[in-house]
Amino acid sequence: MRMLETLVQDKPGQWLLGLLLATSIIVPICNLLVPPDNIFHISTYSVTLIGKYLAFALLALSADLVWGYLGILSLGHGAFFALGGYAMGMYLMRQIGDRGVYGNPELPDFMVFLNWSELPWFWHGFDQFWFAVLMIILVPGVLAYVFGYLAFRSRVTGVYLSIMTQALTYALMLAFFRNEMGFGGNNGLTDFKDILGFDLREDSTRIALFLATALALAIGYIISRYIVSSRLGLACVAVRDAESRCRFVGYRVEYIKLGIFVFSAVLAGIAGALYVPQVGIINPGEFSPLNSIELIIWVAIGGRGTLYGAVVGALLVNYSKTYFTAEFPEVWLYALGAMFVLVTLFLPKGIVGLRSMRAAKA
Amino acid sequence: MIVHYARPQMIRLLSWLLCLACLGFFQGGFAEVLNLDEAWNTLSKKSYSDKAEAIEAIVQQNPPEALPALKAMLEGQLFYAKSNKALFILREDGDNYLFTPLFGGNTATQENKRGYKKVRINNRLRVQIRQSLASMQLKHEDAAVRLEAVQELLKEPDEETAALIAPLVYEEQDGRVLSAMQTLLAIIQLEQGDEAAQASAIETLSSSLNPSALNALTEYKAPNGELEDSAQAAINKIEAQRDLYAVAETVFFGLSLGSVLALSAIGLAITFGVMGVINMAHGELMMIGAYTTYVVQLLMPNHIGLSIIVAIPAAFIVAGLVGVAIERGIIRFLYGRALETLLATFGISLILQQTVRSIFSPLNRSVETPQWMSGAWQINEVLALTWNRLYIIIFTLLVFTALLMVMKKSTLGLQVRAVSQNRAMARAMGVRSEWVDALTFGLGSGIAGMAGVALSLLTNVGPNLGQAYIIDSFMVVVFGGVGNLWGTLVAGMSLGVVNKVIEPWAGAVMAKILVLVFIILFIQKRPKGLFPQRGRAAED
Repeated sequence: MRMLETLVQDKPGQWLLGLLLATSIIVPICNLLVPPDNIFHISTYSVTLIGKYLAFALLALSADLVWGYLGILSLGHGAFFALGGYAMGMYLMRQIGDRGVYGNPELPDFMVFLNWSELPWFWHGFDQFWFAVLMIILVPGVLAYVFGYLAFRSRVTGVYLSIMTQALTYALMLAFFRNEMGFGGNNGLTDFKDILGFDLREDSTRIALFLATALALAIGYIISRYIVSSRLGLACVAVRDAESRCRFVGYRVEYIKLGIFVFSAVLAGIAGALYVPQVGIINPGEFSPLNSIELIIWVAIGGRGTLYGAVVGALLVNYSKTYFTAEFPEVWLYALGAMFVLVTLFLPKGIVGLRSMRAAKA
Repeated sequence: MIVHYARPQMIRLLSWLLCLACLGFFQGGFAEVLNLDEAWNTLSKKSYSDKAEAIEAIVQQNPPEALPALKAMLEGQLFYAKSNKALFILREDGDNYLFTPLFGGNTATQENKRGYKKVRINNRLRVQIRQSLASMQLKHEDAAVRLEAVQELLKEPDEETAALIAPLVYEEQDGRVLSAMQTLLAIIQLEQGDEAAQASAIETLSSSLNPSALNALTEYKAPNGELEDSAQAAINKIEAQRDLYAVAETVFFGLSLGSVLALSAIGLAITFGVMGVINMAHGELMMIGAYTTYVVQLLMPNHIGLSIIVAIPAAFIVAGLVGVAIERGIIRFLYGRALETLLATFGISLILQQTVRSIFSPLNRSVETPQWMSGAWQINEVLALTWNRLYIIIFTLLVFTALLMVMKKSTLGLQVRAVSQNRAMARAMGVRSEWVDALTFGLGSGIAGMAGVALSLLTNVGPNLGQAYIIDSFMVVVFGGVGNLWGTLVAGMSLGVVNKVIEPWAGAVMAKILVLVFIILFIQKRPKGLFPQRGRAAED
């Protein structure tokens, strides 16, 4: 009930959820029912693309939760995203069974290629979907818990924390690039066949994945909104604005930070898990620090500390990335770089902040 | 009386003998030893015994071409033209064959070996050439050539090589050649001498670091317990020495890696540590320095050795100017908002990367290492320090000292410290704080540019050069303690050494991961780094 109440007060959130609902109805209809030669037809490629954007939006949402409301600029959120993605990828690898190139029913292709004779212990259980889902939540969550517990307890803050998170994702990237780690090394995990028994190449499966992503985004948004408008959320903002004062008043700052950080990591992991079956590959490049920093700019452009701003930013930047890299590939990095500079200089509140800025002027 | 009588007789006899000998010599000179031209020509004949004679003649008369010709023959690269029997040395260059005339002239390039025939040799000739080569090299005037020859012989010592070397020991002036020769003789003595000789051989070998010495000692079967014990002691001594030098080598590699880390972090220690600006474009400033080196080399292709020296101030100026532009254009609007500067400078780094990609193409460029930096300083047979690494360590220390001087002794340094400690008060005292900000940022950027010069000699110069170092640089600064130049130096060096110590048993990538994890954990324990700032400046 409280959840509904908070939503009633959240006008932009209503808009966002409404649009999400509309997209979830229109896109499947335009893809499945409208014939391909019709102008309103949406190709399966576009469906997947929108699904990918929505997964990114969920990731941006999770980053905004910690950056916008806790003031923790995590430059390693891509790590949680990638870990969720790898957990999903491992499940999808096991689903291939003996249809791989080497036809080994037990081992994924890359292990056969490396002359491994049996499955490493950490691959056991990933043939079960429930186990994979558990891991998608647990692995990023536990990593965030351990990292956050250590960092927040010893009061590593601000820039130091940002650099540490960056080091974390960098170390993970180096580790996952190693063949010996047992995650496919450089090439990562790919060649997926089906999920829960449904063929991944089927249009209907794609639509289902798209809908699942939209649903996850909606639920993620509602829970996040609920959190930030609860008493906990108020405490978060207090920690962001005056950490020492909060501590003096008697709040256990590290627990507040830790709770939100872990939740945010789990959201990022889920985003990654939804992203992987749609793009069909996960490789160590997802851990690269560049990705994590780029995701911060989505939030910054959309407007930090608003939740819906993060979603808007992610969709907008990723759409323009798709457009630019296809039309003017060499311009993209200029554009992205300029966005970083201009937004920090002139749009400290992002695009969604434009409205309130105008209101303030008037 | 008899004595009186005998003298003239003996003199007569001697003179007869002398005459005979002279005759014999001349006869030998004319009839048996070929003259040089004939000898060279004989090499293209079929008969191996003729060739053996020709080689002997060439070795005896020792013309300057003898050494390269014999070496080429041994490797099957001496050819003669079918048409006029002239001798050529073959070199392969990709798919082409280059035929260089032995006696000078134009090199012919061909896609095949048509028109030329190899000077064939058999096993007997091979042995003969090898020994002749060795004796020629052993008497060569250049000590390095002699040393090489002895070391070559040391790989398979036998009686004949010992006989070759034994007389030379007394004339040898160069210490290292001499000790190599003595090692070789000792190895032979160990195998064939009597017990006393063996004992002294063990003594000699115990102070040699040559792998053959160790080999000979391990294979040595001692006739009695005493010798066995001393041989074992010698082995232990050698191994302890080798371990010691291995440690020294690891430390050297570690220091050279550490000096690269420190060098790339020093600039950051200024911009991040002193000014509090998170400059994510720091790596790209290093990249600019590296590209400056590349351009300087393009501009002076005939003076590669000098170009590096010219590139150092050039890179400082170029990167410094870019730094000042960044500070004036963007960063000055963002002071006090550390996380925002991080994002903005990251944007700048992307723009700089793409600019370089547009100007120089995305392909990697390579900077030529000048002659005086290549090669190694061979301290002994197991320890060699490469010059370029040594120079980089020295360069880092020089840059560090210079920077320390600027910060501690110059007016600029004083103003920088004043502004970073209390901006308002510094302004009140008449310091132009904006001007100081720009210069400080320019200084940090310029040092990044100089680090780029060093990096350009170690890796390929490409648009992603900076990205590879930015995280490491931040790690070093944070580990050392922000705002502390000494901390940066110590942190860089120690991380480099730790990395190289872990590397042998964990692998290069794993070592890097372990170091990163170590720093992450270390920061939890000491959030302000190794050498935290104390006093009022430490408060946020």
